[in-house]
Amino acid sequence: MIQTLTQPPALSATPSPLRRFANLLYRRPNLYLSLLLIPPLLWFGAIYLGSLLGLLWQGFYTFDDFSMTVTPDLTMANFAALFNPANFDVIQRTVLMAIAVSIASAVVAFPIAYYMARYTTGKTKAFFYIAVMMPMWASYIVKAYAWTLLLAKGGVAQWFVQHLGLEPLLQWLLGMPGIGGSTLSTSALGRFLVFVYIWLPFMILPIQASLERLPPSLLQASADLGAKPRQTFMQVTLPLSIPGIAAGSIFTFSLTLGDFIVPQLIGPPGYFIGSMVYAQQGAIGNMPMAAAFTLVPIVLIAIYLSIVKRLGAFDAL
Amino acid sequence: MHSEKASIGLKLAAWGGLVFLHFPILIIFLYAFNTQDAAFSFPPQGFTLKWFSVAFSRADVLESIKLSLEIACVATLIALFLGTLASAALYRRDFFGKDGISLMLILPIALPGIVTGLALLAAFKALGIEPGMFTIIVGHATFCVVIVYNNVIARLRRTSHSLIEASMDLGADGWQTFRYIILPNLGSALLAGGMLAFALSFDEIIVTTFTAGHERTLPIWLLNQLSRPRDVPVTNVVAMLVMLVTMLPILGAYYLTRGGESVAGSGGK
Repeated sequence: MIQTLTQPPALSATPSPLRRFANLLYRRPNLYLSLLLIPPLLWFGAIYLGSLLGLLWQGFYTFDDFSMTVTPDLTMANFAALFNPANFDVIQRTVLMAIAVSIASAVVAFPIAYYMARYTTGKTKAFFYIAVMMPMWASYIVKAYAWTLLLAKGGVAQWFVQHLGLEPLLQWLLGMPGIGGSTLSTSALGRFLVFVYIWLPFMILPIQASLERLPPSLLQASADLGAKPRQTFMQVTLPLSIPGIAAGSIFTFSLTLGDFIVPQLIGPPGYFIGSMVYAQQGAIGNMPMAAAFTLVPIVLIAIYLSIVKRLGAFDAL
Repeated sequence: MHSEKASIGLKLAAWGGLVFLHFPILIIFLYAFNTQDAAFSFPPQGFTLKWFSVAFSRADVLESIKLSLEIACVATLIALFLGTLASAALYRRDFFGKDGISLMLILPIALPGIVTGLALLAAFKALGIEPGMFTIIVGHATFCVVIVYNNVIARLRRTSHSLIEASMDLGADGWQTFRYIILPNLGSALLAGGMLAFALSFDEIIVTTFTAGHERTLPIWLLNQLSRPRDVPVTNVVAMLVMLVTMLPILGAYYLTRGGESVAGSGGK
Protein backbone atom coordinates (compact mmCIF):
# COMPACT_ATOMS: atom_id res chain seq x y z
CA MET A 1 0.00 0.00 0.00
CA ILE A 2 2.79 2.42 0.87
CA GLN A 3 4.33 1.89 -2.51
CA THR A 4 1.16 2.90 -4.28
CA LEU A 5 0.91 6.03 -2.13
CA THR A 6 4.44 7.22 -2.78
CA GLN A 7 4.42 6.18 -6.41
CA PRO A 8 0.96 6.78 -7.80
CA PRO A 9 0.40 5.18 -11.19
CA ALA A 10 1.18 7.70 -13.93
CA LEU A 11 -2.24 8.04 -15.42
CA SER A 12 -1.42 10.88 -17.76
CA ALA A 13 1.81 9.46 -19.14
CA THR A 14 1.78 6.63 -21.68
CA PRO A 15 1.17 3.31 -19.91
CA SER A 16 3.97 0.81 -19.57
CA PRO A 17 4.32 -1.84 -22.29
CA LEU A 18 3.18 -4.53 -19.89
CA ARG A 19 0.10 -2.53 -18.98
CA ARG A 20 -0.72 -1.95 -22.63
CA PHE A 21 -0.31 -5.66 -23.29
CA ALA A 22 -2.63 -6.48 -20.39
CA ASN A 23 -5.20 -4.02 -21.75
CA LEU A 24 -4.94 -5.51 -25.20
CA LEU A 25 -5.52 -9.01 -23.82
CA TYR A 26 -8.50 -7.77 -21.83
CA ARG A 27 -10.09 -6.15 -24.87
CA ARG A 28 -9.34 -9.13 -27.10
CA PRO A 29 -10.42 -12.20 -25.11
CA ASN A 30 -9.92 -14.46 -28.12
CA LEU A 31 -6.30 -13.43 -28.42
CA TYR A 32 -5.87 -14.04 -24.68
CA LEU A 33 -7.48 -17.46 -24.99
CA SER A 34 -5.36 -18.53 -27.93
CA LEU A 35 -2.15 -17.38 -26.21
CA LEU A 36 -3.10 -19.55 -23.23
CA LEU A 37 -4.06 -22.52 -25.37
CA ILE A 38 -1.21 -22.61 -27.87
CA PRO A 39 1.43 -24.32 -25.64
CA PRO A 40 -0.81 -27.13 -24.31
CA LEU A 41 -2.42 -27.63 -27.72
CA LEU A 42 0.96 -27.82 -29.43
CA TRP A 43 2.21 -30.35 -26.89
CA PHE A 44 -0.87 -32.55 -26.94
CA GLY A 45 -1.68 -32.13 -30.62
CA ALA A 46 1.80 -32.68 -31.99
CA ILE A 47 3.26 -35.11 -29.47
CA TYR A 48 0.30 -37.06 -28.14
CA LEU A 49 -2.42 -37.15 -30.81
CA GLY A 50 0.24 -37.28 -33.52
CA SER A 51 1.77 -40.35 -31.89
CA LEU A 52 -1.60 -42.05 -31.46
CA LEU A 53 -2.57 -41.54 -35.11
CA GLY A 54 0.89 -42.64 -36.19
CA LEU A 55 0.49 -45.80 -34.15
CA LEU A 56 -2.87 -46.58 -35.69
CA TRP A 57 -1.37 -46.05 -39.15
CA GLN A 58 1.48 -48.44 -38.39
CA GLY A 59 -1.11 -51.09 -37.63
CA PHE A 60 -1.67 -51.29 -41.38
CA TYR A 61 2.01 -51.87 -42.21
CA THR A 62 3.28 -55.27 -43.30
CA PHE A 63 5.61 -57.40 -41.18
CA ASP A 64 7.66 -59.95 -43.10
CA ASP A 65 7.97 -63.11 -40.98
CA PHE A 66 11.06 -64.36 -42.84
CA SER A 67 13.23 -61.25 -42.91
CA MET A 68 11.72 -59.95 -39.62
CA THR A 69 11.37 -56.48 -41.15
CA VAL A 70 8.55 -53.98 -41.46
CA THR A 71 7.58 -52.57 -44.84
CA PRO A 72 5.12 -49.71 -45.33
CA ASP A 73 2.82 -51.77 -47.58
CA LEU A 74 -0.69 -51.30 -46.29
CA THR A 75 -2.61 -54.41 -45.27
CA MET A 76 -5.51 -55.45 -43.08
CA ALA A 77 -3.74 -58.67 -42.11
CA ASN A 78 -2.74 -57.49 -38.62
CA PHE A 79 -6.27 -56.58 -37.63
CA ALA A 80 -7.58 -59.82 -39.12
CA ALA A 81 -4.94 -61.75 -37.13
CA LEU A 82 -6.50 -60.45 -33.90
CA PHE A 83 -9.25 -63.00 -34.46
CA ASN A 84 -6.81 -65.95 -34.65
CA PRO A 85 -7.71 -68.52 -32.00
CA ALA A 86 -4.41 -67.85 -30.19
CA ASN A 87 -4.86 -64.08 -30.11
CA PHE A 88 -8.53 -64.35 -29.34
CA ASP A 89 -7.59 -66.55 -26.40
CA VAL A 90 -5.36 -63.75 -25.06
CA ILE A 91 -8.15 -61.21 -25.42
CA GLN A 92 -10.69 -63.50 -23.76
CA ARG A 93 -8.38 -64.26 -20.82
CA THR A 94 -7.75 -60.55 -20.22
CA VAL A 95 -11.39 -59.50 -20.50
CA LEU A 96 -12.59 -62.26 -18.16
CA MET A 97 -10.00 -61.19 -15.59
CA ALA A 98 -10.98 -57.53 -15.95
CA ILE A 99 -14.66 -58.38 -15.39
CA ALA A 100 -13.94 -60.67 -12.43
CA VAL A 101 -11.67 -58.05 -10.85
CA SER A 102 -14.32 -55.32 -11.31
CA ILE A 103 -17.05 -57.41 -9.68
CA ALA A 104 -14.86 -58.49 -6.76
CA SER A 105 -13.62 -54.93 -6.20
CA ALA A 106 -17.20 -53.65 -6.06
CA VAL A 107 -18.14 -56.33 -3.51
CA VAL A 108 -15.14 -55.59 -1.27
CA ALA A 109 -15.33 -51.82 -1.75
CA PHE A 110 -19.02 -51.37 -1.03
CA PRO A 111 -19.02 -51.95 2.75
CA ILE A 112 -15.99 -49.69 3.16
CA ALA A 113 -17.58 -46.92 1.09
CA TYR A 114 -20.95 -47.39 2.81
CA TYR A 115 -19.43 -47.20 6.27
CA MET A 116 -17.37 -44.14 5.26
CA ALA A 117 -20.36 -42.29 3.83
CA ARG A 118 -22.97 -43.12 6.45
CA TYR A 119 -21.31 -43.80 9.77
CA THR A 120 -18.26 -41.58 9.89
CA THR A 121 -18.01 -37.84 10.48
CA GLY A 122 -15.26 -35.29 10.99
CA LYS A 123 -11.96 -36.81 12.03
CA THR A 124 -12.94 -40.45 11.40
CA LYS A 125 -14.12 -39.59 7.89
CA ALA A 126 -10.86 -37.76 7.19
CA PHE A 127 -8.95 -40.73 8.56
CA PHE A 128 -10.80 -43.16 6.29
CA TYR A 129 -10.34 -40.86 3.34
CA ILE A 130 -6.57 -40.66 3.80
CA ALA A 131 -6.39 -44.37 4.60
CA VAL A 132 -7.93 -45.12 1.19
CA MET A 133 -5.97 -42.48 -0.74
CA MET A 134 -2.54 -43.46 0.59
CA PRO A 135 -2.59 -47.04 -0.76
CA MET A 136 -4.10 -45.71 -3.99
CA TRP A 137 -1.17 -43.38 -4.59
CA ALA A 138 1.49 -45.64 -3.10
CA SER A 139 3.89 -46.95 -5.71
CA TYR A 140 2.27 -49.43 -8.09
CA ILE A 141 5.42 -51.44 -8.68
CA VAL A 142 6.15 -51.69 -4.95
CA LYS A 143 2.61 -52.89 -4.25
CA ALA A 144 3.05 -55.58 -6.91
CA TYR A 145 6.45 -56.44 -5.40
CA ALA A 146 4.93 -56.65 -1.91
CA TRP A 147 2.54 -59.30 -3.19
CA THR A 148 5.34 -61.38 -4.66
CA LEU A 149 6.81 -61.39 -1.13
CA LEU A 150 3.45 -62.14 0.48
CA LEU A 151 2.57 -65.02 -1.83
CA ALA A 152 6.06 -66.52 -2.05
CA LYS A 153 6.75 -70.03 -0.76
CA GLY A 154 7.26 -69.72 3.01
CA GLY A 155 5.97 -66.15 2.85
CA VAL A 156 3.40 -64.31 4.90
CA ALA A 157 0.31 -65.70 3.18
CA GLN A 158 1.43 -69.26 3.76
CA TRP A 159 2.18 -68.53 7.43
CA PHE A 160 -1.32 -67.15 7.96
CA VAL A 161 -2.98 -70.00 6.07
CA GLN A 162 -1.11 -72.53 8.21
CA HIS A 163 -1.79 -70.83 11.53
CA LEU A 164 -5.47 -70.31 10.78
CA GLY A 165 -5.83 -73.92 9.67
CA LEU A 166 -7.06 -72.93 6.25
CA GLU A 167 -4.73 -75.20 4.31
CA PRO A 168 -7.45 -77.63 3.12
CA LEU A 169 -9.51 -74.70 1.84
CA LEU A 170 -6.53 -73.24 -0.05
CA GLN A 171 -5.67 -76.64 -1.54
CA TRP A 172 -9.26 -77.07 -2.64
CA LEU A 173 -9.27 -73.62 -4.28
CA LEU A 174 -5.93 -74.24 -5.97
CA GLY A 175 -7.20 -77.56 -7.23
CA MET A 176 -10.04 -75.95 -9.12
CA PRO A 177 -9.54 -75.97 -12.88
CA GLY A 178 -9.14 -72.58 -14.55
CA ILE A 179 -8.22 -70.59 -11.47
CA GLY A 180 -5.90 -72.99 -9.65
CA GLY A 181 -2.23 -73.79 -9.85
CA SER A 182 0.51 -75.38 -7.78
CA THR A 183 0.91 -72.36 -5.45
CA LEU A 184 -0.87 -69.05 -4.92
CA SER A 185 1.87 -67.10 -6.69
CA THR A 186 1.59 -69.18 -9.85
CA SER A 187 -2.21 -69.43 -9.97
CA ALA A 188 -4.78 -67.24 -11.68
CA LEU A 189 -6.36 -66.94 -8.23
CA GLY A 190 -3.23 -65.21 -6.90
CA ARG A 191 -3.11 -62.86 -9.88
CA PHE A 192 -6.78 -62.03 -9.37
CA LEU A 193 -6.12 -61.27 -5.70
CA VAL A 194 -3.29 -58.88 -6.57
CA PHE A 195 -5.37 -57.06 -9.19
CA VAL A 196 -8.26 -56.64 -6.73
CA TYR A 197 -5.86 -55.29 -4.12
CA ILE A 198 -4.16 -52.80 -6.43
CA TRP A 199 -7.31 -51.32 -7.98
CA LEU A 200 -9.59 -51.49 -4.90
CA PRO A 201 -9.17 -47.82 -3.84
CA PHE A 202 -10.24 -46.71 -7.34
CA MET A 203 -13.56 -48.44 -6.65
CA ILE A 204 -14.05 -47.25 -3.05
CA LEU A 205 -13.84 -43.51 -3.72
CA PRO A 206 -16.51 -43.21 -6.48
CA ILE A 207 -18.95 -45.41 -4.50
CA GLN A 208 -18.33 -43.37 -1.38
CA ALA A 209 -18.93 -40.14 -3.33
CA SER A 210 -22.21 -41.42 -4.77
CA LEU A 211 -23.43 -42.56 -1.32
CA GLU A 212 -22.37 -39.21 0.14
CA ARG A 213 -24.68 -37.45 -2.35
CA LEU A 214 -27.64 -39.58 -1.33
CA PRO A 215 -30.11 -37.27 0.45
CA PRO A 216 -30.85 -38.53 4.01
CA SER A 217 -34.48 -37.47 3.54
CA LEU A 218 -34.93 -40.25 0.99
CA LEU A 219 -33.92 -42.85 3.56
CA GLN A 220 -36.16 -41.27 6.19
CA ALA A 221 -39.05 -41.24 3.73
CA SER A 222 -38.44 -44.88 2.98
CA ALA A 223 -38.50 -45.73 6.69
CA ASP A 224 -41.58 -43.58 7.29
CA LEU A 225 -43.38 -45.45 4.55
CA GLY A 226 -42.77 -48.65 6.46
CA ALA A 227 -39.72 -50.13 4.78
CA LYS A 228 -37.45 -52.21 6.97
CA PRO A 229 -33.75 -51.21 6.94
CA ARG A 230 -33.00 -54.12 4.60
CA GLN A 231 -35.72 -53.04 2.19
CA THR A 232 -34.49 -49.43 2.24
CA PHE A 233 -31.01 -50.66 1.47
CA MET A 234 -32.06 -52.95 -1.36
CA GLN A 235 -34.58 -50.61 -2.95
CA VAL A 236 -33.20 -47.13 -2.30
CA THR A 237 -29.54 -47.10 -1.31
CA LEU A 238 -28.20 -49.80 -3.61
CA PRO A 239 -29.92 -48.63 -6.83
CA LEU A 240 -28.80 -45.05 -6.20
CA SER A 241 -25.20 -46.15 -5.72
CA ILE A 242 -25.10 -47.90 -9.12
CA PRO A 243 -23.59 -44.83 -10.87
CA GLY A 244 -20.74 -44.84 -8.35
CA ILE A 245 -20.12 -48.56 -8.81
CA ALA A 246 -20.17 -48.10 -12.59
CA ALA A 247 -17.74 -45.17 -12.37
CA GLY A 248 -15.37 -47.19 -10.20
CA SER A 249 -15.60 -50.14 -12.57
CA ILE A 250 -14.30 -47.94 -15.40
CA PHE A 251 -11.00 -47.73 -13.52
CA THR A 252 -10.85 -51.38 -12.44
CA PHE A 253 -11.82 -52.63 -15.89
CA SER A 254 -9.54 -50.47 -18.00
CA LEU A 255 -6.57 -50.64 -15.63
CA THR A 256 -6.71 -54.45 -15.57
CA LEU A 257 -7.14 -54.57 -19.33
CA GLY A 258 -3.92 -52.68 -20.05
CA ASP A 259 -1.70 -54.12 -17.34
CA PHE A 260 1.34 -56.20 -18.17
CA ILE A 261 3.44 -55.98 -15.00
CA VAL A 262 1.20 -57.97 -12.63
CA PRO A 263 0.60 -60.81 -15.14
CA GLN A 264 4.38 -60.99 -15.58
CA LEU A 265 5.07 -61.21 -11.83
CA ILE A 266 2.22 -63.34 -10.50
CA GLY A 267 0.16 -66.11 -12.00
CA PRO A 268 0.44 -68.83 -14.62
CA PRO A 269 2.17 -68.34 -17.98
CA GLY A 270 0.00 -67.12 -20.83
CA TYR A 271 -0.18 -63.69 -22.37
CA PHE A 272 -2.39 -60.79 -21.38
CA ILE A 273 -3.19 -58.07 -23.92
CA GLY A 274 -0.55 -55.83 -22.36
CA SER A 275 2.16 -58.47 -22.29
CA MET A 276 1.28 -59.42 -25.90
CA VAL A 277 1.78 -55.81 -27.03
CA TYR A 278 5.04 -55.62 -25.10
CA ALA A 279 6.36 -58.90 -26.52
CA GLN A 280 5.32 -58.09 -30.10
CA GLN A 281 7.15 -54.77 -30.20
CA GLY A 282 10.12 -55.83 -28.09
CA ALA A 283 11.31 -59.40 -28.47
CA ILE A 284 9.60 -60.07 -31.82
CA GLY A 285 10.01 -56.59 -33.28
CA ASN A 286 6.62 -56.74 -34.98
CA MET A 287 5.52 -53.16 -34.42
CA PRO A 288 2.53 -53.39 -36.82
CA MET A 289 1.05 -56.33 -34.88
CA ALA A 290 1.70 -54.55 -31.56
CA ALA A 291 -0.03 -51.46 -32.95
CA ALA A 292 -3.02 -53.51 -34.07
CA PHE A 293 -3.18 -55.11 -30.63
CA THR A 294 -3.39 -51.73 -28.86
CA LEU A 295 -6.65 -51.20 -30.69
CA VAL A 296 -8.20 -54.05 -28.67
CA PRO A 297 -8.18 -52.30 -25.26
CA ILE A 298 -9.21 -49.02 -26.90
CA VAL A 299 -12.24 -50.62 -28.58
CA LEU A 300 -13.13 -52.67 -25.49
CA ILE A 301 -12.95 -49.62 -23.24
CA ALA A 302 -15.05 -47.60 -25.70
CA ILE A 303 -17.69 -50.36 -25.64
CA TYR A 304 -17.49 -50.53 -21.86
CA LEU A 305 -17.85 -46.77 -21.51
CA SER A 306 -20.94 -46.76 -23.71
CA ILE A 307 -22.47 -49.43 -21.45
CA VAL A 308 -21.71 -47.75 -18.12
CA LYS A 309 -22.73 -44.37 -19.46
CA ARG A 310 -26.30 -45.67 -19.43
CA LEU A 311 -25.86 -46.55 -15.76
CA GLY A 312 -25.01 -42.92 -15.04
CA ALA A 313 -21.31 -43.53 -14.47
CA PHE A 314 -20.23 -40.22 -16.00
CA ASP A 315 -22.30 -38.21 -13.51
CA ALA A 316 -20.53 -39.99 -10.67
CA LEU A 317 -16.95 -39.51 -11.83
CA MET B 1 -28.59 -39.71 9.22
CA HIS B 2 -26.38 -41.04 11.97
CA SER B 3 -29.17 -41.99 14.28
CA GLU B 4 -28.65 -45.71 13.78
CA LYS B 5 -25.50 -47.62 14.67
CA ALA B 6 -23.51 -49.58 12.13
CA SER B 7 -23.91 -53.32 12.51
CA ILE B 8 -20.93 -55.35 13.68
CA GLY B 9 -20.67 -57.02 10.28
CA LEU B 10 -20.43 -53.71 8.45
CA LYS B 11 -17.86 -52.37 10.90
CA LEU B 12 -15.76 -55.50 10.49
CA ALA B 13 -15.98 -55.33 6.68
CA ALA B 14 -15.02 -51.65 6.62
CA TRP B 15 -12.12 -51.84 9.06
CA GLY B 16 -11.06 -55.19 7.63
CA GLY B 17 -10.93 -53.56 4.20
CA LEU B 18 -8.61 -50.88 5.54
CA VAL B 19 -6.35 -53.52 7.07
CA PHE B 20 -6.29 -55.36 3.72
CA LEU B 21 -5.28 -52.12 1.96
CA HIS B 22 -2.43 -51.38 4.35
CA PHE B 23 -1.11 -54.82 5.21
CA PRO B 24 1.13 -55.29 2.11
CA ILE B 25 2.52 -51.78 2.65
CA LEU B 26 3.38 -52.60 6.26
CA ILE B 27 5.09 -55.77 5.07
CA ILE B 28 7.37 -53.69 2.83
CA PHE B 29 8.32 -51.50 5.81
CA LEU B 30 8.88 -54.59 7.96
CA TYR B 31 11.11 -56.40 5.47
CA ALA B 32 13.32 -53.37 4.84
CA PHE B 33 14.72 -53.93 8.36
CA ASN B 34 14.89 -57.72 8.11
CA THR B 35 18.21 -59.33 9.11
CA GLN B 36 18.01 -62.26 6.71
CA ASP B 37 19.68 -61.81 3.36
CA ALA B 38 17.94 -64.26 1.07
CA ALA B 39 14.66 -65.79 2.19
CA PHE B 40 11.63 -63.77 3.15
CA SER B 41 10.22 -66.09 5.75
CA PHE B 42 7.58 -64.85 8.12
CA PRO B 43 7.76 -63.77 10.91
CA PRO B 44 11.15 -61.99 10.47
CA GLN B 45 14.05 -63.29 12.57
CA GLY B 46 15.43 -59.90 13.62
CA PHE B 47 15.83 -56.26 12.68
CA THR B 48 18.77 -54.26 11.39
CA LEU B 49 19.61 -51.01 9.62
CA LYS B 50 22.49 -52.67 7.78
CA TRP B 51 20.74 -52.88 4.39
CA PHE B 52 20.24 -49.14 4.24
CA SER B 53 23.97 -48.49 4.15
CA VAL B 54 24.43 -51.36 1.68
CA ALA B 55 21.72 -49.95 -0.60
CA PHE B 56 23.07 -46.42 -0.47
CA SER B 57 26.59 -47.53 -1.35
CA ARG B 58 25.40 -49.22 -4.55
CA ALA B 59 26.20 -47.10 -7.62
CA ASP B 60 23.29 -48.52 -9.67
CA VAL B 61 20.78 -47.65 -6.93
CA LEU B 62 22.07 -44.09 -6.59
CA GLU B 63 22.11 -43.60 -10.36
CA SER B 64 18.51 -44.76 -10.69
CA ILE B 65 17.40 -42.54 -7.80
CA LYS B 66 19.12 -39.54 -9.38
CA LEU B 67 17.61 -40.24 -12.80
CA SER B 68 14.10 -40.70 -11.38
CA LEU B 69 14.36 -37.49 -9.34
CA GLU B 70 15.59 -35.47 -12.33
CA ILE B 71 12.88 -36.83 -14.60
CA ALA B 72 10.15 -36.24 -12.01
CA CYS B 73 11.33 -32.64 -11.45
CA VAL B 74 11.46 -31.69 -15.13
CA ALA B 75 8.20 -33.50 -15.97
CA THR B 76 6.48 -31.76 -13.03
CA LEU B 77 7.69 -28.33 -14.16
CA ILE B 78 6.43 -28.92 -17.72
CA ALA B 79 3.14 -30.25 -16.34
CA LEU B 80 2.76 -27.21 -14.05
CA PHE B 81 3.30 -24.84 -16.97
CA LEU B 82 1.00 -26.60 -19.46
CA GLY B 83 -1.62 -27.59 -16.88
CA THR B 84 -1.95 -24.05 -15.50
CA LEU B 85 -2.28 -22.55 -18.98
CA ALA B 86 -4.90 -25.11 -19.97
CA SER B 87 -6.95 -24.59 -16.81
CA ALA B 88 -6.75 -20.78 -17.17
CA ALA B 89 -8.05 -21.14 -20.73
CA LEU B 90 -10.84 -23.59 -19.93
CA TYR B 91 -12.26 -22.55 -16.57
CA ARG B 92 -14.52 -19.64 -17.57
CA ARG B 93 -15.28 -19.30 -21.21
CA ASP B 94 -17.23 -21.61 -23.43
CA PHE B 95 -15.87 -21.97 -26.91
CA PHE B 96 -15.93 -24.40 -29.78
CA GLY B 97 -13.85 -27.50 -29.06
CA LYS B 98 -13.65 -26.98 -25.31
CA ASP B 99 -14.92 -30.47 -24.48
CA GLY B 100 -12.54 -31.92 -27.04
CA ILE B 101 -9.58 -30.22 -25.38
CA SER B 102 -10.50 -31.41 -21.90
CA LEU B 103 -10.98 -34.94 -23.25
CA MET B 104 -7.56 -34.75 -24.90
CA LEU B 105 -5.96 -33.75 -21.59
CA ILE B 106 -7.53 -36.73 -19.80
CA LEU B 107 -6.78 -39.23 -22.58
CA PRO B 108 -3.21 -40.09 -21.48
CA ILE B 109 -4.46 -41.43 -18.14
CA ALA B 110 -7.77 -42.75 -19.47
CA LEU B 111 -6.16 -44.95 -22.14
CA PRO B 112 -4.08 -47.88 -20.90
CA GLY B 113 -0.40 -47.05 -20.40
CA ILE B 114 0.61 -49.54 -23.09
CA VAL B 115 -1.21 -47.47 -25.73
CA THR B 116 0.46 -44.20 -24.72
CA GLY B 117 3.82 -45.90 -24.31
CA LEU B 118 3.76 -47.71 -27.64
CA ALA B 119 2.44 -44.65 -29.50
CA LEU B 120 5.27 -42.48 -28.16
CA LEU B 121 7.86 -45.17 -28.88
CA ALA B 122 6.64 -45.56 -32.46
CA ALA B 123 6.71 -41.78 -32.96
CA PHE B 124 10.23 -41.44 -31.52
CA LYS B 125 11.45 -44.27 -33.75
CA ALA B 126 9.84 -42.71 -36.82
CA LEU B 127 11.50 -39.36 -36.03
CA GLY B 128 14.85 -41.02 -35.38
CA ILE B 129 14.97 -39.88 -31.73
CA GLU B 130 17.07 -42.20 -29.55
CA PRO B 131 15.03 -43.25 -26.46
CA GLY B 132 16.55 -41.91 -23.24
CA MET B 133 15.99 -39.39 -20.51
CA PHE B 134 14.42 -36.87 -22.90
CA THR B 135 11.83 -39.32 -24.21
CA ILE B 136 10.96 -40.46 -20.66
CA ILE B 137 10.35 -36.84 -19.65
CA VAL B 138 8.10 -36.23 -22.67
CA GLY B 139 5.97 -39.25 -21.76
CA HIS B 140 5.73 -38.36 -18.07
CA ALA B 141 4.91 -34.70 -18.69
CA THR B 142 2.08 -35.74 -21.02
CA PHE B 143 0.18 -37.72 -18.40
CA CYS B 144 1.08 -35.38 -15.50
CA VAL B 145 -0.59 -32.34 -17.12
CA VAL B 146 -4.08 -33.56 -16.23
CA ILE B 147 -3.17 -33.86 -12.52
CA VAL B 148 -2.11 -30.20 -12.36
CA TYR B 149 -5.03 -29.19 -14.56
CA ASN B 150 -7.59 -30.85 -12.25
CA ASN B 151 -6.15 -29.17 -9.16
CA VAL B 152 -5.79 -25.71 -10.65
CA ILE B 153 -9.15 -25.60 -12.41
CA ALA B 154 -10.93 -26.60 -9.19
CA ARG B 155 -9.23 -23.67 -7.43
CA LEU B 156 -9.91 -21.21 -10.26
CA ARG B 157 -13.60 -22.09 -10.16
CA ARG B 158 -13.65 -21.13 -6.48
CA THR B 159 -11.76 -17.86 -7.04
CA SER B 160 -13.87 -14.84 -7.88
CA HIS B 161 -13.05 -13.30 -11.24
CA SER B 162 -13.92 -9.84 -9.90
CA LEU B 163 -10.68 -9.95 -7.87
CA ILE B 164 -8.72 -9.91 -11.11
CA GLU B 165 -10.87 -7.13 -12.58
CA ALA B 166 -10.49 -5.08 -9.42
CA SER B 167 -6.73 -5.45 -9.59
CA MET B 168 -6.64 -4.28 -13.18
CA ASP B 169 -8.98 -1.38 -12.40
CA LEU B 170 -6.66 -0.26 -9.63
CA GLY B 171 -3.83 0.08 -12.12
CA ALA B 172 -1.96 -3.22 -11.84
CA ASP B 173 -0.55 -4.55 -15.09
CA GLY B 174 -0.90 -8.15 -16.18
CA TRP B 175 2.26 -9.30 -14.45
CA GLN B 176 1.39 -7.53 -11.17
CA THR B 177 -2.10 -9.03 -11.20
CA PHE B 178 -0.62 -12.44 -11.84
CA ARG B 179 2.09 -12.03 -9.17
CA TYR B 180 -0.01 -10.48 -6.38
CA ILE B 181 -3.56 -11.73 -7.02
CA ILE B 182 -3.66 -14.92 -9.09
CA LEU B 183 -0.52 -16.68 -7.88
CA PRO B 184 -1.26 -16.36 -4.11
CA ASN B 185 -4.73 -17.74 -4.80
CA LEU B 186 -3.43 -20.65 -6.83
CA GLY B 187 -0.36 -21.29 -4.68
CA SER B 188 -1.47 -24.29 -2.65
CA ALA B 189 -3.34 -25.82 -5.61
CA LEU B 190 -0.18 -25.60 -7.72
CA LEU B 191 1.86 -27.09 -4.90
CA ALA B 192 -0.64 -29.93 -4.43
CA GLY B 193 -0.84 -30.62 -8.17
CA GLY B 194 2.93 -30.47 -8.48
CA MET B 195 3.44 -32.90 -5.61
CA LEU B 196 0.99 -35.39 -7.06
CA ALA B 197 2.50 -35.06 -10.53
CA PHE B 198 5.92 -35.65 -8.98
CA ALA B 199 4.71 -38.79 -7.19
CA LEU B 200 3.03 -40.08 -10.36
CA SER B 201 6.14 -39.52 -12.47
CA PHE B 202 8.48 -40.98 -9.85
CA ASP B 203 6.50 -44.23 -9.78
CA GLU B 204 5.42 -44.63 -13.41
CA ILE B 205 6.55 -47.85 -15.05
CA ILE B 206 4.27 -48.86 -17.92
CA VAL B 207 4.82 -45.90 -20.26
CA THR B 208 8.42 -45.73 -19.07
CA THR B 209 9.32 -49.28 -20.12
CA PHE B 210 8.51 -48.27 -23.70
CA THR B 211 10.23 -44.88 -23.73
CA ALA B 212 13.27 -45.56 -21.53
CA GLY B 213 15.67 -47.16 -23.99
CA HIS B 214 18.70 -48.19 -21.92
CA GLU B 215 18.00 -45.77 -19.08
CA ARG B 216 16.87 -47.29 -15.79
CA THR B 217 14.51 -45.28 -13.64
CA LEU B 218 13.94 -46.48 -10.09
CA PRO B 219 10.73 -48.46 -10.89
CA ILE B 220 12.48 -50.15 -13.83
CA TRP B 221 15.44 -50.93 -11.60
CA LEU B 222 12.98 -52.49 -9.11
CA LEU B 223 11.31 -54.55 -11.81
CA ASN B 224 14.68 -55.86 -13.01
CA GLN B 225 15.60 -56.72 -9.42
CA LEU B 226 12.68 -59.09 -9.07
CA SER B 227 14.48 -61.70 -11.13
CA ARG B 228 17.54 -61.44 -8.85
CA PRO B 229 16.79 -63.22 -5.58
CA ARG B 230 20.27 -62.57 -4.15
CA ASP B 231 19.62 -58.85 -3.94
CA VAL B 232 16.38 -59.09 -1.96
CA PRO B 233 17.47 -56.99 1.08
CA VAL B 234 18.63 -54.10 -1.11
CA THR B 235 15.43 -54.35 -3.16
CA ASN B 236 13.38 -54.20 0.03
CA VAL B 237 15.10 -51.00 1.18
CA VAL B 238 14.60 -49.32 -2.20
CA ALA B 239 10.97 -50.50 -2.29
CA MET B 240 10.32 -48.83 1.05
CA LEU B 241 11.95 -45.65 -0.19
CA VAL B 242 9.81 -45.55 -3.34
CA MET B 243 6.73 -46.22 -1.23
CA LEU B 244 7.53 -43.21 0.97
CA VAL B 245 8.24 -40.89 -1.96
CA THR B 246 4.86 -41.75 -3.50
CA MET B 247 2.77 -41.80 -0.31
CA LEU B 248 3.92 -38.63 1.42
CA PRO B 249 2.89 -36.25 -1.42
CA ILE B 250 -0.74 -37.40 -1.20
CA LEU B 251 -0.78 -36.49 2.50
CA GLY B 252 0.63 -33.05 1.71
CA ALA B 253 -1.75 -32.52 -1.19
CA TYR B 254 -4.68 -33.53 1.00
CA TYR B 255 -3.87 -30.95 3.66
CA LEU B 256 -3.24 -28.24 1.05
CA THR B 257 -6.58 -28.66 -0.71
CA ARG B 258 -9.03 -29.88 1.93
CA GLY B 259 -12.07 -27.73 2.47
CA GLY B 260 -12.62 -27.37 -1.26
CA GLU B 261 -15.33 -29.17 -3.12
CA SER B 262 -12.82 -31.45 -4.75
CA VAL B 263 -9.82 -32.74 -2.90
CA ALA B 264 -6.62 -33.45 -4.76
CA GLY B 265 -5.95 -36.98 -5.85
CA SER B 266 -9.47 -38.32 -5.60
CA GLY B 267 -9.96 -38.42 -9.35
CA GLY B 268 -7.74 -41.42 -9.89
CA LYS B 269 -4.26 -41.61 -11.29
